[in-house]
Amino acid sequence: MSSMISAGTTAAGGAIPQHHHVRKGRIVISKVTPAKLWLRSVLAVLVFFTLYGFLTIDTAGADLPASFVQTVRYFWIMFTSPRAVASHFGMSQSAGGFPVFLSAVKVLGITLALAFLSTLTGGVVALVLGLLAARNLTNDRISNTIKGIVAFIRAVPTVLWVLIFAIGAGLGAVAAVIGMSFHTVGHLMKAYSESFEELDEGVIEALRASGAKWPHIIFQAVMPSSITSILSWTFIRFEINFAVAVAMGAAAGAGGIGFNLFMSAGYFFDIREIGYITLMILVVALLMEVIAARLKKHYQPDAL
Amino acid sequence: MNLYSTSLPKETVWYFIRKRIGFFLVLSGFIIIAAGSSRLTGFSLIDAFQAIPRVVSWMFSNLIPDKRAFERLPRILEKLWDTILMSVMSSVTAAVFAFGFALLGSVTTKPNNFFAVFSRATASINRNIPVAAWAMIFLLTFGQSSFTGFLALFFASFGFLTRAFIETIDETSISSVEALRAVGAGYSQQVMQAVMPSAMPQMISWVLYMIEVNIRSATLVGLLTGSGIGFMFSIYYKSLQYKSASMVILTIVVVVLLIEYISNSVRRRIL
Repeated sequence: MSSMISAGTTAAGGAIPQHHHVRKGRIVISKVTPAKLWLRSVLAVLVFFTLYGFLTIDTAGADLPASFVQTVRYFWIMFTSPRAVASHFGMSQSAGGFPVFLSAVKVLGITLALAFLSTLTGGVVALVLGLLAARNLTNDRISNTIKGIVAFIRAVPTVLWVLIFAIGAGLGAVAAVIGMSFHTVGHLMKAYSESFEELDEGVIEALRASGAKWPHIIFQAVMPSSITSILSWTFIRFEINFAVAVAMGAAAGAGGIGFNLFMSAGYFFDIREIGYITLMILVVALLMEVIAARLKKHYQPDAL
Repeated sequence: MNLYSTSLPKETVWYFIRKRIGFFLVLSGFIIIAAGSSRLTGFSLIDAFQAIPRVVSWMFSNLIPDKRAFERLPRILEKLWDTILMSVMSSVTAAVFAFGFALLGSVTTKPNNFFAVFSRATASINRNIPVAAWAMIFLLTFGQSSFTGFLALFFASFGFLTRAFIETIDETSISSVEALRAVGAGYSQQVMQAVMPSAMPQMISWVLYMIEVNIRSATLVGLLTGSGIGFMFSIYYKSLQYKSASMVILTIVVVVLLIEYISNSVRRRIL
């Protein structure tokens, strides 16, 4: 990344460019590097695909301007007068606002629990695989094999994993947690093994020289030095898994607030309840983002 | 290493014992939350362990495309193409808007604090509403179509890209913007001559990353909004035609890996 920054600032007006000429009193920087050429071609290709996409996209005959106006109106309703229907959250019709809120919180808790379970399961597996995949701790063959398998696992979208496991385990928490753990393993294994690889080679060498075995090296040197970064990456994944759990509730029958969202949008067409659910999700997600940002600042000041 | 039989000083031994107690407290905390979560959701670790080998062996015998699946390949590829277009479109369109908002929100280029807070808050709300929720909201107004999927992906990408672009501009452009400001360049000159050239490679890299993410999300959005490759999967899955569904999965895997490969090699060349 540093090479990119220096190249960028030079082109923009840092050092004097080598190939320039003066035309009508303006300095024209005309040096076209291969990187710039690639950049322009990529931009051109992306813009072409986008325009082509807009010309050919299927709108199913929807009246777009009218739909946009309708969407804005719905958003206004969602954020200004959200409310939940008691019976949709398993309460009797006569239940007051607060008990309904509590039962909605419980449903939200199911989503959080799904996210927690898959983060924990995935994290444990990722820890083991991360140790095996870190280049300084094993040989290249094991490392590459594991990374290859994980690349394949990551290429299948989470929702498909959940649905595949639902065939054998039934729609529900078991399939959801297994499916969600798969991507968690893929993400965290990479993060963990990179933080293991940051460990100073000298430390491992010193331990090895004093006769320490593999478990000693792991528990006395590798783990203590990367535990903070492991915890913060795990929390970041927990944050992601919350959004995934909402999606799995809506698309793969995993239950929780996502399922309620699916029902109110797909069956009850109740925009005020959609607003109620969306706001609840938003509050939790914002809270977690604040915590994750703090953790990131603390433990990975140079992370992306 | 047995701590108790060594001749270490007492304080050192206590230090290790305290550390172990702390470790076990944290561990038991996790276990208690996990047990509570399992109860709440009906998850069972034993069931999960039993399900994995059963499903994996089932996968190897049933998730193999048959002749019928190959006959359906042209139709699947057509939907896959729609999905790729949807991901590229939503990422690029979101990037255009995100660049505008990032200029307002970045410390380097913000016109004033009001716009900066407005831009960051908008992005944050957009990003924290999950893509599934966006899909369900637009499904109500735009109906079951690819355009609905595009909108859902657009709004989720917009929030993410705005934050990424703000960070990129702040990282790469401060010095060149300051230099231009010092020689009296106007706002548009600062943007065109300093921000654009220095931040562009990194921003394109983010757009490529967004396309990768959106290809995966598009499957989910497709399932929810009845469009693209997700809808194809859903049709075969619900009608128990798993061999055709496996064809859909295989094509998705190939496309995802291919796009990751392309974007990685492009990234190497532009950065």
